[in-house]
Amino acid sequence: MTEMGGTPIPHAPGFVANDTPRIVTARFDYEDSHTLERYEATGGYRGLRKALERTPEEVQTQVRDATLLGRGGAGFPAGVKWGFCPPGVWPRYLVVNGDESEPGTYKDRLLMELDPHQLIEGCLIACYAVGLSQCFLYIRGEMAVAQERVARALNDAYSAGYIGKNILDTEFSVDIILHWGAGAYVVGEETALIESLEGNRGMPRLKPPYFPASIGLYGQPTIVNNVETLSNLPWILEHGVEAFTGIGTESSPGTRMVAVSGHVQRPGVYEIVNGTTTFRDLLYSKEMCGGIRDDNQLKAFVPGGGSAPWFTADQLDLPFEASQVGPQGSMLGSGAIMVMDETTDIPAAALTLTKFYAHESCGKCVPCREGGTWLEQILRRVVDGRGTPRDLELLIEVGETICPGDFPHAAIPSKGIEAVPFPYRMTTICFVGPSAFAPIHSALTLFREEFEAKVAGNENRTMIEVAVDVR
Amino acid sequence: MKFFSEENLELADVIISRYPKPRSAMIPLLHLAQEQVGWVTDDAMAEIAELVGTTSAEVLGTCSFYEMFKRHQVGTYVINICATMSCALMGAEELMEHAERRLGVKAGGTTADGMFTIEGAECQAACTEAPCLQVNYRHRYRVTPDEFDSIIDELSSTDHNVPDHGVLSQIRQHIPEDRFVGAVPPGDVASAPVWMHDEGVD
Amino acid sequence: MSDKPPSEVTVTINGVEVEARPGEMLIAAADRAGVHIPRFCYHERMSSVGMCRMCLVDIDTGRGPMLQPSCMAPVSEGMVVDTESEDTKRAQEGILEFLLVNHPLDCPVCDKGGECPLQDQTMAYGPGESRFVEEKRHFEKPIPISDLVHLDRERCILCDRCTRFADEIAGDPLIQFTERGNSMQVLTFPDEPFNSYFSGNTVQICPVGALTAAPYRFKARPWDLEQVESTCTTCSVGCRVAVESSRNELVRYLGVDVESVNHGWLCDKGRFDYEAINSDERLISPLVRDNQDRHQLLGTDWGSALARAAEAIQQAGPQRVGIIGGSRLTNEDAYAWAKLARVVIGTDNVDAQLGDGLPAEVVLSLPPATIADACDADTVLIVGPDLKEELPILHLRLRVAATKGQTKVIEIGPIATGAEPYAQRSIRCRSGEAAKTLTALLEGDDPLGNQLRDGSVVVVLGRASMAESATPALDVASVIRDRLPHATFLPALRRGNVRGALDMGLAPGILPGRTTIDHPSESLTSRWQTFPKKAGLDTTAMLQAVVAGQLDTLILLGADPLHDFPDRTLAAEAFQHAQTVIAIDNFVTESVGQADVVMPSTAYGEQGGTTTNIEGRISRLTQKITPPSSTRDDWMIAAELAWRLGGDIGLSSREEIWREIEQVAPSHAGVTIDRICAPETHEGILVQGSSIELSLPTPQEPPVVDGYGLRLVSGRKLWDAGTGVSHSPSLQHLAEESMLRVHPSDLHRLGVSSGAAVRVISTRTTETLLAVADDTILRGTAVLPFNQPGSRANRFIDATALVNDIRIETL
Repeated sequence: MTEMGGTPIPHAPGFVANDTPRIVTARFDYEDSHTLERYEATGGYRGLRKALERTPEEVQTQVRDATLLGRGGAGFPAGVKWGFCPPGVWPRYLVVNGDESEPGTYKDRLLMELDPHQLIEGCLIACYAVGLSQCFLYIRGEMAVAQERVARALNDAYSAGYIGKNILDTEFSVDIILHWGAGAYVVGEETALIESLEGNRGMPRLKPPYFPASIGLYGQPTIVNNVETLSNLPWILEHGVEAFTGIGTESSPGTRMVAVSGHVQRPGVYEIVNGTTTFRDLLYSKEMCGGIRDDNQLKAFVPGGGSAPWFTADQLDLPFEASQVGPQGSMLGSGAIMVMDETTDIPAAALTLTKFYAHESCGKCVPCREGGTWLEQILRRVVDGRGTPRDLELLIEVGETICPGDFPHAAIPSKGIEAVPFPYRMTTICFVGPSAFAPIHSALTLFREEFEAKVAGNENRTMIEVAVDVR
Repeated sequence: MKFFSEENLELADVIISRYPKPRSAMIPLLHLAQEQVGWVTDDAMAEIAELVGTTSAEVLGTCSFYEMFKRHQVGTYVINICATMSCALMGAEELMEHAERRLGVKAGGTTADGMFTIEGAECQAACTEAPCLQVNYRHRYRVTPDEFDSIIDELSSTDHNVPDHGVLSQIRQHIPEDRFVGAVPPGDVASAPVWMHDEGVD
Repeated sequence: MSDKPPSEVTVTINGVEVEARPGEMLIAAADRAGVHIPRFCYHERMSSVGMCRMCLVDIDTGRGPMLQPSCMAPVSEGMVVDTESEDTKRAQEGILEFLLVNHPLDCPVCDKGGECPLQDQTMAYGPGESRFVEEKRHFEKPIPISDLVHLDRERCILCDRCTRFADEIAGDPLIQFTERGNSMQVLTFPDEPFNSYFSGNTVQICPVGALTAAPYRFKARPWDLEQVESTCTTCSVGCRVAVESSRNELVRYLGVDVESVNHGWLCDKGRFDYEAINSDERLISPLVRDNQDRHQLLGTDWGSALARAAEAIQQAGPQRVGIIGGSRLTNEDAYAWAKLARVVIGTDNVDAQLGDGLPAEVVLSLPPATIADACDADTVLIVGPDLKEELPILHLRLRVAATKGQTKVIEIGPIATGAEPYAQRSIRCRSGEAAKTLTALLEGDDPLGNQLRDGSVVVVLGRASMAESATPALDVASVIRDRLPHATFLPALRRGNVRGALDMGLAPGILPGRTTIDHPSESLTSRWQTFPKKAGLDTTAMLQAVVAGQLDTLILLGADPLHDFPDRTLAAEAFQHAQTVIAIDNFVTESVGQADVVMPSTAYGEQGGTTTNIEGRISRLTQKITPPSSTRDDWMIAAELAWRLGGDIGLSSREEIWREIEQVAPSHAGVTIDRICAPETHEGILVQGSSIELSLPTPQEPPVVDGYGLRLVSGRKLWDAGTGVSHSPSLQHLAEESMLRVHPSDLHRLGVSSGAAVRVISTRTTETLLAVADDTILRGTAVLPFNQPGSRANRFIDATALVNDIRIETL
């Protein structure tokens, strides 16, 4: 193994510290980073105090000026989202999206486990700035440790006067209610999250009209923000907008957390500079992942969570900048990179993702409910060597009922194929259905020969034979 | 037939009081029910329906949507082996095969002694530590077959701190009465909160 | 922006400009413009969910065409829509292929086959072949989800129509989606069936054959069905209904969507009680009392029966004949009988109500309201029966309006009703004390008082309990007229065409066209010439007169006083004392069984004509099947009796009767047969005018219940021991054996344990009943449902009392 830079932290498995500026992971080095004592000793709740010295309007302006992009997947600026609440409609609510479950994504859990007070402080700043009357902190059900750490932090912060009535002896009062999910990926979608919080089946609502900022929880204006997004707020308030926008680029300032998993030398969660860091920096620098495992060749990588179209080595020099990644056919999504080296069975890898999204379909809309499972069934028989060349076309045709028109994909310079830019069109209510198709489309577009190899020899199999076989 | 214990019934009232509408407490109460007996019984759902003011069918609808709620008895320790991409790339399938061999049950099954249930699971947000698994929703990282065996040994002994299935956070949120603002239901409030001074930042 | 008035927006659909209402969904605008967009989940009476994606069309709002669900796309000015674009067609084909992936193609044995939206749309928009070769989803099929509805989960396409209906419209969320994704299925909770009074609607709106109705399953193929549109007369709401038959047998009713009344919905009683009409137990032959064995009724011919009836009427003389009933009749039948009574027999002793309604002169003179008025009123005040039990679709309309925030419902009454879950306030008061309670509310500083004074108010007024007289309800009307003069009224009356019967003069002192005997219209006097000038007796008074020996002959026009009159003791005594009882009916009810002459009449679906609902809305009844040959229409029986009595009512067809009604009834002037039959008036013609002046008695103070007594409350239930339910095989077991329900503290005070048999003592009788504790019952009150199998509440009731109290004792 090559000599690696960066510092893995034993009490924070997965996290690797490196020498980029650390905004949200600064306290991870301390073993007691999750305690109120450590938090207060390291500048904790100073951002809140600063916020309370200003008017809510000033705080909101500050956040808008910071161009803090949402870290949940869509990358929409938080300050702008806050401004979508219709004037004069009260009460408004804050729902914290801690239902991190996008394949490959792994950062909100660390932030909740290792620095819960930072998240709480972020929630309080948001509530203060936007006039949110109650905050619901929705943590994924399968994260028992995060629930414990946040519960303890909330209890301590309540006792210390940071949450509840007359916070820090001001007229600002808000409760933060801890809430757990119960195992449903789709609930990470913000309207499904709201449904779930209302005690319903977590099925997404249609946008329009159900944009949460105008019609959200109980039909009231509701801000849904991601854990990492909110965790940035204390730092921005404490250090100022300029300090924040001084890091990264103008359109993508600050840092972001990225989890790199799969076939790299050192998988890990990294806090990287937004906008300038490239995939090559992340995957190959010694500070970070240190290259592909066993000095193998990179075959492909998923750049932004399981639903993102795939990239290959041809896209390694793209930076973490949405305006550059989108036109090249994918998205940055939730900051999750899954790396496949040359040994990877591409159709099988695609199947793991398609299976995931088919399984996680909520069942509300037909294309996702029926199409996702059907895609999985076709792909499975191809992977198992029982498919026919016709099935490769069928995969695309079934996918096109879910996502009509050209589906985004990366360029293949060697074949003279240009990229189809993100986003896709869809016949579904939310992105879960298209996400079942995305890996299939990417894999088939970029590595068609691997699929052809799987069905080779089956050219003359009839549909009846296939049918008998699959049953 | 009453399901909740006296203590949990009190807790249920506290939980309900935190939400603007009682129905929002449905998932927390289902967790509470599962914590009490390890799974969600029909009696539990019927009582939750009463507590949050809806029908049992509605509770079943919500309960059955979420994978963590078990409507049948499961093992004391539910072992979820992640099978999503990163773990799959790093050997999840082999791990599952080993687990099935070791415990003598297929994925979804429970050992005869009622100790272990193994399930194939979806991404657990520990992708850099693949392959990973959870025991009652507590992570174990980079699990090799040997490592799996020692987890089983550990859980079979008394020397571990994994609570029984159904127990998630062992710390409950406690809101001191004098600090609790109280739920803010829609309709109860028509104007901006006091700190906004009605000037609005719209 | 355009300078158009904001009342409409223009959208272009397939190149044609269409005016649409702001806020309406594109699919609705397209429907009105005659452009059909295929759909499964969308239903115009429920909220859009956008689940099936079948209605995706290309919509361009200035940013280029995009596929969007037209059920979730509100119209906007300048919107350009293409419902036939290549993208749209491809999407439609794709969605249908997906829907068929798991749909079993068991169409040959499916009730829906032939009238199935999935079949039809596959034909019109589908791909023609499936490329799906895998195993389809399998479920046990079908499973009963209630006594009336079966669910086949394999056929289900998960459109959310039934589940949405149950939750949003019926307010009975007893079916719900369970599981997730590809395993999703509709289910009830284990052992908690979909027992909704409205469950049949889910069968009607199911776009596939997933939900089937137990009474209809495998009874017919859709292409064998013949259909006519008619009006339901099971209760007095008057829902529009499509009556379907196969081989001269009624096999199905479907709700017809009319804006003014039922929005397409039916209650399960109205939907399924056609079984009674097909029943083998129907009365199909005239009967007379056997002179040898007085316990026996013997079959006879029409001539003998009519002769015997005429003889009894003649022997009695005009003042000693009384006619009870008539609200089962059509308007035409009722008119013929009203005329027979007055002009030929010479009696004004006629009453279509069975001592359980409101005085006809009050019903016909209260400021009228429509159902739509109620749904749009600032406040609906319900003082009367449990609408969910007695006027189910009125309940449904009010429920939907209230849950949408269109109106607020306040109810005042003695028991928890179906309105409670959606009422702004349910005020519980002791039976008989509603007026007092309302007065207190209006005199105090309760904000509801201001709400009632300052906004529009529709009062649904009726008798909350069969154990209280009409007086408490009239007292409420007095208070409202006095303090809320702007309020309008919807009478909550019992039995199908009761309003029409009153309109036609089947009430003492009332003449056809909402006039009184004191002020007859000229058109009537010129036609009728002779008729009694003094008001006759109502049902209670007639029965009392029989007992007192002042009335000899009773004619029952589809009436069963032993079951339906509140005071069984009085009715039974009257039957004993009557010289002759003549009954005209569809069934041998208990009362008919005691008659001396019995004549079989035609039933619903076997006769045409008109009916009038509680609003005063006149709508058509259409004959669908040929009646059993020996039955006769009620008007014909009247005409023949007239002839046998040596008179003539001068009526020889339904059309002729209506023409006469239109001429003699002032309120009905101008309501011609042509208008009634015109397609555009299929919702009915609202007739609200009345020349009767409202006069109400001074409110009375109700008596106090003594310390040992319990005030008896007896309301009707949808499922009861009435003829319609008890002769419908699918419904007859739905009526529950009823028990006396009492507040636990009252039971405790009396030393009775819940579920124990007790002695129940009233002024009328002492009997043994089971008493159960129920903490929803007001203290000091005992509740016993009316006319349930096993316990006849009317044994305990004295119809002459303002209210009825009982005592209970341990055995």
